[in-house]
Amino acid sequence: MKLNINGQDTELNVSDDMPILWAIRDIAGLTGTKFGCGMAQCGACTIHLDGQAIRSCVTPVSAAVGKKITTIEAMQDDKVGQVVQAAWQEIDVVQCGYCQSGQIMSATSLLRQNPKPTDADIDNAMSGNICRCGTYQRIKAAIHEAAEKLA
Amino acid sequence: MSTNINLSRRTFIKATAFVAGGLVIAFSIPYAKRFMQKEQAAAPGQDKPLPVPNAFLRIGTDDSITVMLAHSEMGQGVWTTLPMLIADELDADWSKIKVEHAPAAPDYIHTAYGIQITGGSSTTWSEFDRYRQAGALTRALLIQAAANTWGVAVDSLRTENGFVRNGEQTLSYGQLAEKAAGLETPTHVTLKTPDQWKFIGKPTRRLDSAEKINGTAKFGQDIQFEGLKIGMVARSPVFGTTLASVDDSATLKVSGVIKVVKVPTGVAVIADHYWAAKQGRDALKLTWQTEGKEKPDSAALLKQYSALAQQPGLSAAKAGDTAQALKQAAHTVTAEYVLPYLSHAPMEPLNCAVKITEDGCEIWTGTQMQTTDQGAAAKILGMPPEKVMIHTQFLGGGFGRRANPRADFVSEAVEVAKAAGMPVKTVWSREDDIKGGFYRPMFVHRASIGMDADGKPQAWQHTLVGQSIILGTPFEKVMIKDGIDATSVEGVADSPYVKDLPNHQVELHTMPSAVPVLWWRSVGHSHSAFVMESLIDELAHTAKQDPVAYRRQLLKNHPRHLATLNLAAEKAGWDKPLPEGIFRGIAVHESFGSVVTQIAEVSVKEGQVKVHRMVTAIDCGLAVNPDGVKAQMESSIAFGLGAALSSEISFKDGEVVQSNFHDYQVLRMKDMPKVEVYIVQSSEKMGGVGEPGLPPVAPAVTNAIFAATGKRLRSLPIANQLA
Ligand code: FES
Ligand code: FES
Repeated sequence: MKLNINGQDTELNVSDDMPILWAIRDIAGLTGTKFGCGMAQCGACTIHLDGQAIRSCVTPVSAAVGKKITTIEAMQDDKVGQVVQAAWQEIDVVQCGYCQSGQIMSATSLLRQNPKPTDADIDNAMSGNICRCGTYQRIKAAIHEAAEKLA
Repeated sequence: MSTNINLSRRTFIKATAFVAGGLVIAFSIPYAKRFMQKEQAAAPGQDKPLPVPNAFLRIGTDDSITVMLAHSEMGQGVWTTLPMLIADELDADWSKIKVEHAPAAPDYIHTAYGIQITGGSSTTWSEFDRYRQAGALTRALLIQAAANTWGVAVDSLRTENGFVRNGEQTLSYGQLAEKAAGLETPTHVTLKTPDQWKFIGKPTRRLDSAEKINGTAKFGQDIQFEGLKIGMVARSPVFGTTLASVDDSATLKVSGVIKVVKVPTGVAVIADHYWAAKQGRDALKLTWQTEGKEKPDSAALLKQYSALAQQPGLSAAKAGDTAQALKQAAHTVTAEYVLPYLSHAPMEPLNCAVKITEDGCEIWTGTQMQTTDQGAAAKILGMPPEKVMIHTQFLGGGFGRRANPRADFVSEAVEVAKAAGMPVKTVWSREDDIKGGFYRPMFVHRASIGMDADGKPQAWQHTLVGQSIILGTPFEKVMIKDGIDATSVEGVADSPYVKDLPNHQVELHTMPSAVPVLWWRSVGHSHSAFVMESLIDELAHTAKQDPVAYRRQLLKNHPRHLATLNLAAEKAGWDKPLPEGIFRGIAVHESFGSVVTQIAEVSVKEGQVKVHRMVTAIDCGLAVNPDGVKAQMESSIAFGLGAALSSEISFKDGEVVQSNFHDYQVLRMKDMPKVEVYIVQSSEKMGGVGEPGLPPVAPAVTNAIFAATGKRLRSLPIANQLA
């Protein structure tokens, strides 16, 4: 099956129903995208499919054929992604870090659609991303910071 | 204050050339402190075993400074805090610091606990001297090497930002490393005074930030190498029961499944990747031997625990004649409190990669307890522990789950790799994690408190019922005394409210059960603080006194409690009116050597609780990284509030009811309050930071709910109790 991952066409020998998460992690070897729940409950596996944030643990590879998969590994080359990552460092958001790939993918997608999100907008967009370390207050601050930088 | 440490007496020191060039600093800690290794320490004919050398620091010829962490980074920030200690004494260039997890080796055993462990909120205080000494010692050697090179006296040299200076002349640490490695080590080092610190006490950004935001940080889950297969284990749905039959015919037809093997904990499916392993496991047809076995049921357990709470138990603390004093009380408050089993649910599900070869075993995992895991693996494989290499990876959260005296997930992974005859990374699904046990135990507390006519408590009778975390583990001998597991009663038996009374009695019923239990962030304090601080609120209400004023009076001889209470009350504006519909609650609790006060501001609308703001004050002694302390307070609030609002593990017909984040609910962004953290300027003994913020969270919230609604919540989670 041919998938476009981070701008590269990649031939992967996987069955149609394999979730994108496992194709990119276990087959393509891109481990930046994380597994947290496997049922669209935690957001750790968030990637972009044609620019939209999706949960890759419940999206089969067949849904990605002909579309562009973007993962955390490509965020440093992404204009919005870079600003988001810089804000994350500025605010010192991370703790264990395991949820943060997903948080950054969700935040980047939010800021693309809504360059000036309110607290409520952030709550809505980000409440699908669990952080067991409880970095929510800093994530919110970092999103506001990134929004300011992007303006 | 200058700390002069006589290293020749206290420690054995040697500097050795590192294989790759540069300098390794090695020294040891006194064996007497290692309480968990008491037995080995008292070998016959030997008063004090020889010290074991440790290695904490490596200076490369490229000027890099690699700090070896004796503790695991699981979010709490030791990847940054421990290097700060070294950097200050070494006058290091912060940009040159690299950090690595140390291997599992005797060199890295905890200075107080005697095994290699990250837990008990102890990393910073327990390493404060050892890491500073390592830095100071290295600096002394580098200066000596420079003095020899230039032919000048040591006294004329100074160090700055990774260089030794002699007037205009400089040599970098990297240039001096090899020369320093050959030198005789000094027997004394003088540690810096606080006014000389550049890092300690200053908010410092994390060193692991960059790799954790670009996907390159390696967690155990991310270990991949040629030939490594994925294993998933089907375990019994009822704890303590064993396999009866296996039909794996459908499993073996799943594309990507390699084999199915039996292991002590169940049946393992070995596959090329996670998806095949999961599908293969779903296709197993298994039966389990559950007949005649204990089948826990939450409703029945509650009945049983409640009944026992009214019976005398084993004494954990006792003074005076409590029964008599209760009879004479002007008022008596009697209440029962109930707390559920809880799962840690770290964000990274458990996993462990194991490769067994002819002459050893390599393990890649995120663990908080290297020594125990190493020993367990060695025992299974019949090899000496030093043949088992543990490569500690970043932990995607621990909260106690990755510090298991029973080494459950590591042992199982070793069994899987051994049975499979190939390298295997055993991975847990979220369902495995939620249903897999090692929970914070369920507890019932029953207390009767007698007060005098002024509302002051005079007698306190308190009975706890719950499982012991320690019973049946290797820690039993040192952590259970006279039948009392100290972790069951901590926060009650040692509470100032109780201890200060002439008449008090704390009793414990330890429940036998096959449900595996474990320390969960803040351990016993995770239930006891809720009970104690709710009870104090009940007393204040009965006495018709303000909750803060009432606590001030009871804690008047406890300055650290008072300091956090007063600071939090001032910052929260306790005496000032609140906006319409918002109510406050307060709780103060000491744990892990620190005292924390939490003040919650909540509203309750149509039975729904919203926590708007939390004001935290902590006295942890010296705050090495104040921003790290703040982050841990935010983290404890999120973790504790999620549990208080909605987390619960319950049992029906012997099986765990919950399975994933849809029914084991934790805090999400929309429910995160605004958190303000204030650190008491304190010269008290250093305490912990990772856990102490959590215990007072739940009672601050439920006390605020009482203020809002007049309803006293005596069980958690809050869930829909107000509906
Ligand atoms: S792993 Fe996909 S949402 Fe949790
Ligand atoms: S940083 Fe640990 S789960 Fe978010």
